[in-house]
Amino acid sequence: MACETWRANLDRYLDGELAPADAADFSAHLRSCADCTGEILQTVQIRRLVHSAGKRYTPSAEFRNKIGKQFASKPRRARFSKWSIVFVPALVLLAAALLLSSYFDRQQKAEQEIFSELADLHVATLASSTPVDVLSSDRHTVKPWFQGKIPFTFNLPELAGTEFSLLGGRVFYLHQTPGAHLIYQVRKHEISVFILPDSAGTLKSLTEGTASVLTFNTDTWTENGLRYFVVGDANAGDLQTLAKLLQGAG
Amino acid sequence: MRVSNEGLNTASFEDLALPLFEQLYNFAHWLTQDRAEAEDLVQETYAKALRGFSSFQPGTNFRAWMYRILRNSFLSSRTGLKTMVVLDEENGEALPAETATPEALLIEQANQQMVQLAMEALPLPFREILLLCEVEEMSYQEISEALAIPIGTVMSRLSRARKALRGALQTRMTGGRRGM
Repeated sequence: MACETWRANLDRYLDGELAPADAADFSAHLRSCADCTGEILQTVQIRRLVHSAGKRYTPSAEFRNKIGKQFASKPRRARFSKWSIVFVPALVLLAAALLLSSYFDRQQKAEQEIFSELADLHVATLASSTPVDVLSSDRHTVKPWFQGKIPFTFNLPELAGTEFSLLGGRVFYLHQTPGAHLIYQVRKHEISVFILPDSAGTLKSLTEGTASVLTFNTDTWTENGLRYFVVGDANAGDLQTLAKLLQGAG
Repeated sequence: MRVSNEGLNTASFEDLALPLFEQLYNFAHWLTQDRAEAEDLVQETYAKALRGFSSFQPGTNFRAWMYRILRNSFLSSRTGLKTMVVLDEENGEALPAETATPEALLIEQANQQMVQLAMEALPLPFREILLLCEVEEMSYQEISEALAIPIGTVMSRLSRARKALRGALQTRMTGGRRGM
């Protein structure tokens, strides 16, 4: 196919609006065409300029307060307002909190290390010239590819009718345990999904739910003995939607 | 931000609408080019959205719905009526001719202020679609819902808006060099 034909789709490719198979073809073409890669780079640079230039206006603090007061619901009134009722439970809670704080500190550090490691893996994989070992948007191709490479199996969701597309997968290791690393795309954002057996001690005690790590949004949960992690720079709502799709696939 | 039936029951208007405040204000200021007018527009948008919240259709995109309210409010304002131009989507508005300035040079010389001035000077339909796509990173579907235009029109208008912006940047730089 001539470069002119590819370039007609360049905007849609960068906007994340090409069908996954077409986007994969486009990526493959870029790996072998310096001219088109140069064109893409320049377009991305202009878009970055527009992106930052477009975030130009911020509301004043007064206006923010005004809207907040006007449209936020009124705070709920405390059910028990008398000091005598609140004071004793508060003391008990304080004592318990002091006892538990050192345990949670240790737990938090271990959790942060895992999330940082996964965020690093996400970035390093996307920066790689071959981010995935199995390049396919078809879950029926990607899932069997992992057979014999990891010591467990898992289900992948049907994405038709959603904004998400599957780009492919690879094997990764965390704490010497092999797992499945899947890369999804939503609009212009890539999201990593890491799946591991939940048997390792540190993983088992991880807190479930969403968080933000090194500017990435994350989500984690356990299902059927497997621990899932979702990491990406897409907004938290997109990550939760993908998490629900994955949870529904089981 | 697609809201399900279940989500709408549990999420309040505040939970859905207030996180959009900063971006709605930015968009309103770009449209009106005036702080006081932008504040009025945002306030009007929130008031209308709150009144119409019960009619919001679950399963549709809440963010696009809010942008649509804001934009409609703007278009019916005095400034909006004066600013909005009707585009000939079929034939396209006359765009500045592609000049000989190479793209690499264009990027090297363009800076944030220059891009802002070039965006300000764009016709409103181009400015707003660039903001929704490049700044708010909306999908074509979301833009289509926010602007109430078909997806095909989103693609063609976006393409023309991008060309117009490049043309405007080139014109600014040519003018800048002449002035030096």
